Amino acid sequence: MLFALCALAGLLVVVTLFDLLYQLAGDATPAISRFGLGFLGHTTWKPGFNIEGAGALIYGTAVSSALALVLATPLGIAIGLYLSMVASPRVRATVGPLVEMLAAVPSIIYGFWGLVVLVPFVDHLEPGLHDALGFIPLFGAPSTIGISVLSAGIVLTVMILPIISALSRDLFLTVPEELKDGAAALGATRWEIIRGIVLPSTASGVGAAVVLGLGRALGEAIAVSFVIGDVNAIHLSVLQPGSTLAERIANQFQGALNNLHVAAMFYCGLILVVIGMLTSIAARAIASRFDVNRTLGGGVL
Amino acid sequence: MSIASRLVLGESGRFDPTAPLTPSGNLRRRTVVDRTVRVIATAAALAAVAMLVIVVYGVFVRGVSSLSLAFAFQTPQGLAGGGIFNYLVGTLEVVALGATIALPIGVLTGLYLTEFAGPRSRVAGSLKLALDVMQGLPTIVVGLFIYGLIVIPQHVQSGLAASIALAIVMVPLMARASQEVLLLVPNSLREAADALGVNRWRTVLTVILPSAVGGIATGAILAIARAAGETAPVLILDSIYNPNQTTFDIFHGVPTVPMLIFTSVELPIPEAVARAWGAALLLMLMILIANIGARVWLARTRAKMAR
Repeated sequence: MLFALCALAGLLVVVTLFDLLYQLAGDATPAISRFGLGFLGHTTWKPGFNIEGAGALIYGTAVSSALALVLATPLGIAIGLYLSMVASPRVRATVGPLVEMLAAVPSIIYGFWGLVVLVPFVDHLEPGLHDALGFIPLFGAPSTIGISVLSAGIVLTVMILPIISALSRDLFLTVPEELKDGAAALGATRWEIIRGIVLPSTASGVGAAVVLGLGRALGEAIAVSFVIGDVNAIHLSVLQPGSTLAERIANQFQGALNNLHVAAMFYCGLILVVIGMLTSIAARAIASRFDVNRTLGGGVL
Repeated sequence: MSIASRLVLGESGRFDPTAPLTPSGNLRRRTVVDRTVRVIATAAALAAVAMLVIVVYGVFVRGVSSLSLAFAFQTPQGLAGGGIFNYLVGTLEVVALGATIALPIGVLTGLYLTEFAGPRSRVAGSLKLALDVMQGLPTIVVGLFIYGLIVIPQHVQSGLAASIALAIVMVPLMARASQEVLLLVPNSLREAADALGVNRWRTVLTVILPSAVGGIATGAILAIARAAGETAPVLILDSIYNPNQTTFDIFHGVPTVPMLIFTSVELPIPEAVARAWGAALLLMLMILIANIGARVWLARTRAKMAR
């Protein structure tokens, strides 16, 4: 009896996932039949003229998430190393939860804070960045108000940093003490232990952590919608405004002009789900080799 | 001269017992690298903590002036006056209903994984994968899914639809938390119950669940805190409501705190923005306090179970 109930609950979880795919595909059908797979590459988004393409959105999603990964991966691994290898257990017990608290702050607050505090700051920062690094196309002419792909990348960095750092800390703590002691007995410094023992033995787990962070960054809608500008354009420069798949849905769903507009956003959602499922599966595939425990303090992350 | 002999003999080349044992040459380079890495790692951790402080402080200074008892216990007057009582009640309704749906599903799934499926079971493996995928779903997509499933057929946005979407957000968190705690229940308890000839379901209800209830509850609190701040599903499913009225009709639009913030941010009325900051601060404080409380409790439960 209880077994049946439990099995039913598990079945419900699986069925929900399949129904989600089915439902999104169904509601996206008008857009799918009209635009086909060309939707993925087409960069015009003019709902008033019944022309929609997700090219610019996919580009913006990829660039903002890549930016967040580039910033958050080294930072997150460094924090993981600090918490597992440098800090005393007492400091670890205080600083670790503080870093994880970054994941508890809701995305609406990151968005609001990003718009009011971060965007003006980035606005100050951008001319300097452009002057110093302007020879790289990524740092072309800045936008005038600080609403940019860079701002979105920074907000996403803060949001995925706790995921990467908490996961990598947990991984580094699983490295057997004997191995580390053995290296220390051979005269290795702390850094040599990290480089020779800790990082190689956890590399794939850290890779999984990074992929999980990427999944979160790709799907973040609300926080990004405040700071990226929802401009349907492909700029090489990250100092210009842009748009992402999730953010477009958050910005335009309520004011959708017609059924095709709604269907196009369902199509965007379908793309997001497929990407999200692939990242989850990839992270699991990478991590399962080491059976990484990805629960993190009761599963806040 | 080798490093070792330099260390013992000192720079003069003669044995000098008073020479300080300082690393030199290659060893000095290695210690410098080591120290640099430690400094970088410490700086990174400080930067993350500083980020938390900056965000919390930024919301605090902008929101604290709005906070008062009236802010929490009055309904709004017009676009900017009064408090946010109806929004708080609405969030409570939507989240509580979502948690009521998610908790049994999450706990039963956790029970299935720990008590009924074997450790090498294929079914359990795919269920865990499904939970992972569910947890990784962008929440805005969950909103779209429920929009197609419930809002389109019913032709009306509702708090109920938002609750169901939040339940989908909470189920994987609750299932994982339950699974974690249930794994901590000592096997000797199960074996003792088996030896007494007790049914498996009776063992679960009277032995296993009671000893895991603390951990399950804290996991539930963490999931609820997560759901309370979710904006994307509410934006898709529950954005049409009467902003000045307290409602208990979950079959129609229910005002929620995240939506208040989302809609007030770009209003050209300073008082409305101030109210949004107050709401943001209140929401953030509630979520952070729930998180801290649950973590402290969880650590204590775990320590107790590990004994």
